[in-house]
Amino acid sequence: MAGKKSKTASRKTQAVPRAKSARNVVLLAATRKGAWLFSGDAARRTWRADGPHFLGHVVSHLVLDPRDGRTLLAAAKTGHLGPTVFRSTDKGRSWKEAVRPPAFAKAAAGEPGRAVDHTFWLTPGHRDEPGVWYAGTSPQGLFRSGDGGVSWDPFSPVNDDANYRKWMGTAQDGTPDGPKLHSIIFDPRDSAHLYFAMSGGGVHESMDGGRSFRPILQGLDVVEGFDRADPSFHDPHCVRLCPSNPDRLYQQNHCGIYRMDLPAREWVRIGKSMPKRVGDIGFPLVVHPRDDNTAWVFPMDGTTVWPRTSPEGKPAVYGTRNGGKTWRRLDAGLPAKQAWWTVKRQAMTADARDPVGLYFGTTSGELWMGRDEGRRWSCIARHLPEIYAVETAEFA
Amino acid sequence: MKVLIPGGLRSYTERSSVEVQGATLGAALAELDRLYPGIRFRIIDEQDRIRRHIRIFVNGAQARDLALSLRQSDEVVIVQALSGG
Repeated sequence: MAGKKSKTASRKTQAVPRAKSARNVVLLAATRKGAWLFSGDAARRTWRADGPHFLGHVVSHLVLDPRDGRTLLAAAKTGHLGPTVFRSTDKGRSWKEAVRPPAFAKAAAGEPGRAVDHTFWLTPGHRDEPGVWYAGTSPQGLFRSGDGGVSWDPFSPVNDDANYRKWMGTAQDGTPDGPKLHSIIFDPRDSAHLYFAMSGGGVHESMDGGRSFRPILQGLDVVEGFDRADPSFHDPHCVRLCPSNPDRLYQQNHCGIYRMDLPAREWVRIGKSMPKRVGDIGFPLVVHPRDDNTAWVFPMDGTTVWPRTSPEGKPAVYGTRNGGKTWRRLDAGLPAKQAWWTVKRQAMTADARDPVGLYFGTTSGELWMGRDEGRRWSCIARHLPEIYAVETAEFA
Repeated sequence: MKVLIPGGLRSYTERSSVEVQGATLGAALAELDRLYPGIRFRIIDEQDRIRRHIRIFVNGAQARDLALSLRQSDEVVIVQALSGG
């Protein structure tokens, strides 16, 4: 697949329009037992729940195609049944299953073959490539659809490349419920410029539309005693590209929070300025839609046996306004103590309004909004199943 | 032959049993997928393995091989095996 450059391609920082929209924000919550849509009013103060969709399905990701404002894709499976992708072209009123969900190629006779356990990540493609979607799976694989999610094929040589197979490891390596290929990102100026990350295997970049990828490891720490030059030992949790400056990426990693500014392919650890008692371990990371110096993280306890709870049972978002030089604790309205939930890598996001609304879903099934860019938090919904992913949407 | 469909797959068939034809279990499941597109991939993976939490019985005996020969009088039962939580 040859990538095609945007007609307005530019390597300069892009002007992202400030958000004045008549469309209301909709939150897309994917959970361990189904999916919900929460439609906000114009002021984002009250939210109307629509769901469950796919009750009983493990839904890893639910994403709107911003190019048409009406197509939704949901990555789903159940405890018993194999994985699939559901597709709606009417904003979730009706759903149809993909004709050919992401699946690895059939192995040659005598060779051990891989089978997709679940599709974990969905990314709608570049605006100049209508109908293109990318998917990341567990075990780790990269897939592409050219028809809006109806049929999927393995994408790029990485699924079968000998080095990548070694770096990906097996279904037994990495994350407890299987290693994930995630954070599939494209440069908004150039659809041929792609990134993806693997929970076991590092961050990778392609400049040729996916025909080849190479790891970007420089500057990253690994767990003590392992070889930092080997992608196998790198565990990116979440990577985000700044819409206002596509040359800047942030990464929440197993070993800290990092930033990278192109053209340098070197990660700089910016989490060392976090409070020592909190640390800079966590899963989600969110970037501001219009300010590349602003990002937010949700730290978790990554000490000792990795409890994966809020540190000391006191949940908080931390935000930086200066590219990671300093961080500010944002916990007004959140429980002050004895709250042991945390937030998964896909379960924190932002809308594009002014001021930005932040949102996260917890492992205990609560959906929270951080009004005024996280300065005041309020709970939108409780008693949902464990929340795996939260995305924002604005329907056409 | 008669194929009994578990609750989790009735969104495809909209009934608890269906009739298909096929000389082998694999052929019967291919016919099932032709009639109800998508159903096969939920129970058989891309390497033609029966999924971990699915069991298939033919006339009461567990079938493990898609090459198993079938007769039109056989009864195939697809079961969602234990998968808790």
